[in-house]
Amino acid sequence: MGEKLKKQFDPAATLQEVESKFEMFQILNEEGKIVNEDAVPDLSDEELVELMTRMVFTRILDQRSISLNRQGRLGFYAPTAGQEASQLASHFALEKDDWILPGYRDVPQIVFHGLPLWKAFLFSRGHFVGNQIPEGVNVLPPQIIIGAQYVQAAGVALGIKKRGTADVAITYTGDGGSSQGDFYEGINFAGAFKAPAIFIVQNNQFAISTPRDVQTSAKTIAQKGIAAGIPSVLVDGMDPLAVYVATRDARERAVKGEGPSLIETMCYRYGPHTMSGDDPTRYRTTDIDNEWAAKDPIVRFRIYLEGKGLWDEQKETEVIERAKEEIKAAIKKADETPKQKVTDLISNMYEEKPYNLQEQYEIFEAKESK
Amino acid sequence: MAQMTMIQAITDALRCELKDDENVLVFGEDVGVNGGVFRATEGLQNEFGEDRVFDTPLAESGIGGLAVGLSLTGYRPVPEIQFFGFVFEVMDSISGQLARYRYRTGNTFNMPVTIRSPFGGGVHTPEMHSDSLEGLMAQQPGLKVVIPSTPYDAKGLLISSIRDNDPVIFLEHLKLYRSVKGEVPEESYTIPLGKADVKREGKDLSIFAYGLMVHESLKAAEELEKEGYSVEVVDLRTVQPLDIETIIASVEKTNRAIVVQEAQKQAGIAANVVAEITERAILSLEAPVLRVAAPDTIYPFPQAENIWLPNYKDILETAKKVLTF
Repeated sequence: MGEKLKKQFDPAATLQEVESKFEMFQILNEEGKIVNEDAVPDLSDEELVELMTRMVFTRILDQRSISLNRQGRLGFYAPTAGQEASQLASHFALEKDDWILPGYRDVPQIVFHGLPLWKAFLFSRGHFVGNQIPEGVNVLPPQIIIGAQYVQAAGVALGIKKRGTADVAITYTGDGGSSQGDFYEGINFAGAFKAPAIFIVQNNQFAISTPRDVQTSAKTIAQKGIAAGIPSVLVDGMDPLAVYVATRDARERAVKGEGPSLIETMCYRYGPHTMSGDDPTRYRTTDIDNEWAAKDPIVRFRIYLEGKGLWDEQKETEVIERAKEEIKAAIKKADETPKQKVTDLISNMYEEKPYNLQEQYEIFEAKESK
Repeated sequence: MAQMTMIQAITDALRCELKDDENVLVFGEDVGVNGGVFRATEGLQNEFGEDRVFDTPLAESGIGGLAVGLSLTGYRPVPEIQFFGFVFEVMDSISGQLARYRYRTGNTFNMPVTIRSPFGGGVHTPEMHSDSLEGLMAQQPGLKVVIPSTPYDAKGLLISSIRDNDPVIFLEHLKLYRSVKGEVPEESYTIPLGKADVKREGKDLSIFAYGLMVHESLKAAEELEKEGYSVEVVDLRTVQPLDIETIIASVEKTNRAIVVQEAQKQAGIAANVVAEITERAILSLEAPVLRVAAPDTIYPFPQAENIWLPNYKDILETAKKVLTF
C-alpha cells in the first residue's frame, strides 16, 4: 500500500487511534490523593459529607440486605458493595426532576432519588406495592431484562426534550449489558434525536461469571459511544469525584441541547451476582478480589475527607448507626404491608377488566375470602 | 359521508387524533416525509410538524423503547412497525415491557400505546412481510389486539385504540388497504374495543372471522344462501379480548359454528374461540365447531400463496360439513 493510501485508509490504525484516546479519567486515586487538581469539582463541604454519608449508608444497606436475604426476610437481591462511587456519585450529579431508569442492581440510586426504602424491600420480596412509585419521584422499578432500560431511556429523554424542561434521563447497565442490541439502539436513538440522556455502563468486570474480555473485542466499552456519535468517557468507577464530574458534565451537555453521553465506570462488585446461588469463587480469584478491594471507593474518599477535616470515626459510626435504624424501621414497615392477592394482580392488568379477567376475579375473590 | 379505502380511513383516524390530542405522537420507519411505505401517514408530517410525526432510525426494538419512554413522560405514542413480521425484533418492548408496566407498577403507570402494523397475505411479499402473528400477541396478557375488516371499522377502532390507556396492537391487512371502499364519516367517532360486529345476520350457521377472512366468509355466505342456508357472519374486530357475549348469542341462535382465520391452524385465535364456545354453549350445538385455517407451515413462498391461504371455497366446504352434520 502506498504511503498516501495508507494514510487515507488504514482501519487498524484508526482503531488504535480511537482506542488510545480512552484513558481512564481519575481525580482521586486509591490512596485518597488528588491526581487531577484542575478537575476537582466545586462541591461544598456539606455536599462532600453528604456523598460520603450516602456511600457509607449504602455499604451498610448492602450488608444488612445480604443478611436479611440469608434469613429469608428479603427476596431477590443483587449486592452493591464496591459500586458505591459508580452508583451514588453519578446520582449525586442529578436534579430532583431527572428520570432514573435503573437495572436491578441500581436500587441505592432510586432510594436516594425518593423511593422509600420500605418499598425497595417490597420490590425485593416481589410485592407490587414496592413498585408503586410515589407521585413526583421520577424513577422506574429496577429493570430485569438486560439492556431494555437503554431503549426506554432514549424514549424518556425524547419526551423530556419535547416537553422542553431542563431535565435528563439517566440509565444504568453493566459490561454484559453493553453487548445487547438494545444498548446500541438506545444510545443511537438518543444520539439521533439529540435527546438529553446519560447512559452509564458500570463495568464491574464480570457479567455473572463471564469476564469483560469475552463480551467484546473493543478495548473499552466507552469507545462504543463513538459509533453512535455521542461523547463518551471512561472513568475510574471507584473514584467518586471522577464519576461525579463525568456525570455532571454529561448532564450539562444534555440540558444545553447537546444530546446524550456514554460513561463507562470501571468498578467491581465484591459480592456475588445476586443472592440466588451465585458463587464468585468459581470464576474469580482472591488475587483479583484483593486487587480491587485496594481501590475501594469508601476507603479513598474517607482518607480524602479526613484530610480536609470533614470526616472522622465518630461521624462514620453515627452514619452506620442511623443506617441500621432506618433499615430496621423500613423492614418493619415492609412487614406491615398487607399480603398481595391474586385479585390485586388481576385488577392491575388493564384499566378495565375484560370478561376473562372479570370471571377470574370472581373466582379468586371467592377463594381468597375463605 | 365520504367513500374511503381502508388506508384513507386509517390516515383520517390518525389525523383526527393528532388534531384532538396534542400528546399523540406518530413515528416509525419512513412515516415522515415518505408518509409510510403504504402511505398510511401521508401528509401528516406536513400538517402536524416534525415534532409530532417523525421518522426513527431503523430499529424496531428502539421504536418500542421510544414508545415506552414517551408514555412515561405523558405522551400517547402511535408507533408503526413497518411490517408485522418484524415484530420479533421488538418483542421485549411489547411483551416484556408495554404489556407489563401497569401490572409491574401496581396500576400506577399507563402505557397508552397503539402499535400499528400491516400484516396478512396474498400480495406476494418477500419473507416476514405477510405472517399472521395475532395469536402470539393474544397470548400475552396486558395487550389488546384489534384487526379491522372495513374502512368504517378501521377509523373508529383506531381512534378507540389510541384513546385506550392500555397497549393495543392494531393490525391492518395488507390486501384490504385498497381493495375495499366504504362510507366513512368525516368527523371523529369511536367503536368500542372488545365488541364484535354481526356483518350479516343468519339463523343456520355462525361464521366467526376477522380481517380479510371476513370478506371471504361473506362471499361464502352468499353462495350458501343460494343453496337455501341462512348464514350469520360475525366479525370479531377485537381478537383479544373476545366479545364473548356476541359470540355465544350467535351460537345459541344458529346452533352451528365455524371459525375462520388466515393464520396457521395450530394454537391461535380460532382455537380460542372454539374453546370458549365449547366451554359456554356446548348444549346449544348441533355439530362440532370446525376451523378453517392455513396449514401449519411457515408462511409460504409467494408462488404457493394462493393455494396456502384459506378462501371462500374452503369456508364453503367446511360450512357444509357443519350444516349437514
